Amino acid sequence: MSPVLLEARNIGKRFGGVQALKDVSLTIKSGEIYGLIGPNGAGKTTLFNVFTGLYPRDSGEVIFCGTTLTLDSPHAVAAAGIARTFQNIRLFGNMTALENVMVGRHPRSYAGVFSAILRTRAERAEEAGIRRRADELLHYVGIADRAGDLARHLSYGDQRRLEIARALATDPKLLALDEPAAGMNATETAALRRLIEGLRSDGLTVLLIEHDVKLVLGLCDRVAVLDYGEKIAEDAPEAVRANPKVIEAYLGASTA
Amino acid sequence: MKTNRERFGLALIAIALIALPFVLASVGTAWVRITNFAVLFTLLSLGLNIVVGFAGLLDLGYVAFFAVGAYVYALLASPHFGLHLPFWVILPIGATVACIAGVVLGAPTLRLRGDYLAIVTLGFGEIVRIFMNNLSSPVNLTNGPKGINRIDPFQIGPLNFSASDSFGGLVFSGPIKYYYFLLLVLLAVIIINRRLQDSRIGRAWVAIREDEIAARASGINTRNIKLLAFAMGASFGGIAGGMFAAIQGFVSPESFILNESIMILAMVVLGGMGNIWGVVAGAVLLSFVPELLRYTVEPAQKALFGKLLVDPEVLRMLIFGLALVLTMRFRPAGLWPEMRHRRELDQDRA
Repeated sequence: MSPVLLEARNIGKRFGGVQALKDVSLTIKSGEIYGLIGPNGAGKTTLFNVFTGLYPRDSGEVIFCGTTLTLDSPHAVAAAGIARTFQNIRLFGNMTALENVMVGRHPRSYAGVFSAILRTRAERAEEAGIRRRADELLHYVGIADRAGDLARHLSYGDQRRLEIARALATDPKLLALDEPAAGMNATETAALRRLIEGLRSDGLTVLLIEHDVKLVLGLCDRVAVLDYGEKIAEDAPEAVRANPKVIEAYLGASTA
Repeated sequence: MKTNRERFGLALIAIALIALPFVLASVGTAWVRITNFAVLFTLLSLGLNIVVGFAGLLDLGYVAFFAVGAYVYALLASPHFGLHLPFWVILPIGATVACIAGVVLGAPTLRLRGDYLAIVTLGFGEIVRIFMNNLSSPVNLTNGPKGINRIDPFQIGPLNFSASDSFGGLVFSGPIKYYYFLLLVLLAVIIINRRLQDSRIGRAWVAIREDEIAARASGINTRNIKLLAFAMGASFGGIAGGMFAAIQGFVSPESFILNESIMILAMVVLGGMGNIWGVVAGAVLLSFVPELLRYTVEPAQKALFGKLLVDPEVLRMLIFGLALVLTMRFRPAGLWPEMRHRRELDQDRA
């Protein structure tokens, strides 16, 4: 049994009169791909934004690597080791692909204003390291040939890859992908699947929100299903697929 | 790495810049002063470029930091308080005070962007000016609208920047000495800007400009990095203000009106936000064009029509405004836009 990496306890989140999340608890184990599925509006992205500090939560706590995460600032969450991508890609459009990844090294580097102005030896060494790591990651996700292009000039699939590379640059323990296959064609989805499998075999833990149920069920070690802000199932993919509650959530009750 | 040809070009530019004041002085000392103000405004534009160009925070009250620097110099080197500190002590103090003012402005506005930030910064600029105007009672701090005069010029050992000296047959007038000093400061500021732009901090600024949420998710503490942009920009404004006070010998609140903020912003935008050389070009152009028009509009009318039809001042601003409108219409990204893209490719080839 691999150790628990992230444990969420009774997460609650309300937007005005809408209870977006209700007592959601789940555990993500080290080294697994954990899928999060559910119909539209089930609260997947909300949960995701709570995990990554973008939304303050109303109740509950998140324990990451054995310590309670203070979830009030995304940059602190990133520094703690949770990196994310966005459902609607959010790149730094007017920066090159390489620079985008270099930005991701921010929480793992230290140079301040004065060392940058003086170009100290330590600052130059750090910059060289940032550049080297960014280069490696562009190779890793397979877009090294686009390093000098502006992010907004990249193709859709390459932008997804670039976002993953930028997230990886923060040296995460948990990589959270928000619908990475959205809008991709079959070839791009297959390539994405290989990339995510590669991440797992390199020892990374992945949290995956996805609409493409086939991709989730084929890729994930365990899957949780959200419906109206509540977790209705958490199990291995085959068991989830057979779960009557899940079928009801997706297809509606049979008595209807 | 630089090629020999680039080195040659740089050497030519350096020689031209060194020879420039003597050429201008032969036309008229006024042109040396105009050039000095052009350099001063280039410094201001480079400072504002950090806030607006890099970090994407629209600041309409930037002249406030210029004012703070100018007043710090005026108070510490004039008969007003009877203090006469040397300039190399005052300039860092002015930069620090302006830097603190930058943080004071930045801290409450961190959550604002775009139009809302612009309105708050505009208010801040006006507040500073009104303070300068009214802080003459109960304690006479700024001497109110009358301003502070008889401000000390720069003095390095026996070298007085308000008097002429001659070395080896060349006459170094006061403005020429200031010109060289300004040129050195400008060089330093350009180097600092370039280094910041290529650093971890510079990337964080641009990341915030491009997408603040993604920047936060990438581990950037946007609060601190934005404050840093305000503080850095303000410090440059403060240094420029100190030099302005010394060159003028006089400061009053009138010099720090909203128009000045808008002018500096126009220099940044016209030249090409975010691109250091574009900003330099924009500042130089917008400093010289109105002056050139001042000297040409009147004689041109006399030559064409035999008499003065339109007041030169009116026509000058009209042409100036038209030039701005046309530039923004045909080159919306500025005359010389930011080209991160090309820079990256050039680095790869090297």
